[in-house]
Amino acid sequence: MSLELYKGSLNVSEILDRWYSDTKNSNYGAYIPFIGTVRDESGIDGLSFDIYRPILEKWFSKWQERAKELGAEVRMAHSEGDVLLHESSYISAVFSPKRRVALELIDEFVEDFKANAPIWKYDLKNGERLYAEDRSTAINGSGLLS
Amino acid sequence: MVTVEFLGPINMDRLELKVESLNELSEELKRYSELNSWLKNSAVAVNDEIVTDKSLALSSGDRVSLLPPVCGG
Repeated sequence: MSLELYKGSLNVSEILDRWYSDTKNSNYGAYIPFIGTVRDESGIDGLSFDIYRPILEKWFSKWQERAKELGAEVRMAHSEGDVLLHESSYISAVFSPKRRVALELIDEFVEDFKANAPIWKYDLKNGERLYAEDRSTAINGSGLLS
Repeated sequence: MVTVEFLGPINMDRLELKVESLNELSEELKRYSELNSWLKNSAVAVNDEIVTDKSLALSSGDRVSLLPPVCGG
């Protein structure tokens, strides 16, 4: 599966280079990566992430199927645990024969990732790990047990 | 028994409960005041599949997960 999880920050250049090498002979005309980097804001020292892998894998498999139907491929890498300022915690990429498919797919994929992938973000601030509740999105169907 | 686990920032140990549906589980979990706000904004998975039907029957050995609001990236 083209889903890679790492403890701590991502080695961005290694991942992007490897994905390029893996796919360059697959006749994809376009490789569009999205790289998420931790910004220096609100006095944080970094971010931290929890991931629930079984549901993340199922969510990602559905996107792989969707991409395959379009003749494309999706890949994703994400950090678990702490990622400090100006390090990267997230890479996703679409590989496609056609540029328009790749541009649309990366947009839909990243938006759905933000809304439904089972990953929780925390701010690292003053030695504490604080849930980023105000930036989080309830998954579709939330509140079922209330 | 049904196992209930709380993911991400919900600071609560897993529970083993004798319930036969999500409706019954909902009533049981409402007894925990610390879950009050989480029940309103969490999604529910049964054996790692997100579900949206509260009348769903549960069997002994099922594992229910509560997924609070997410923010990857």
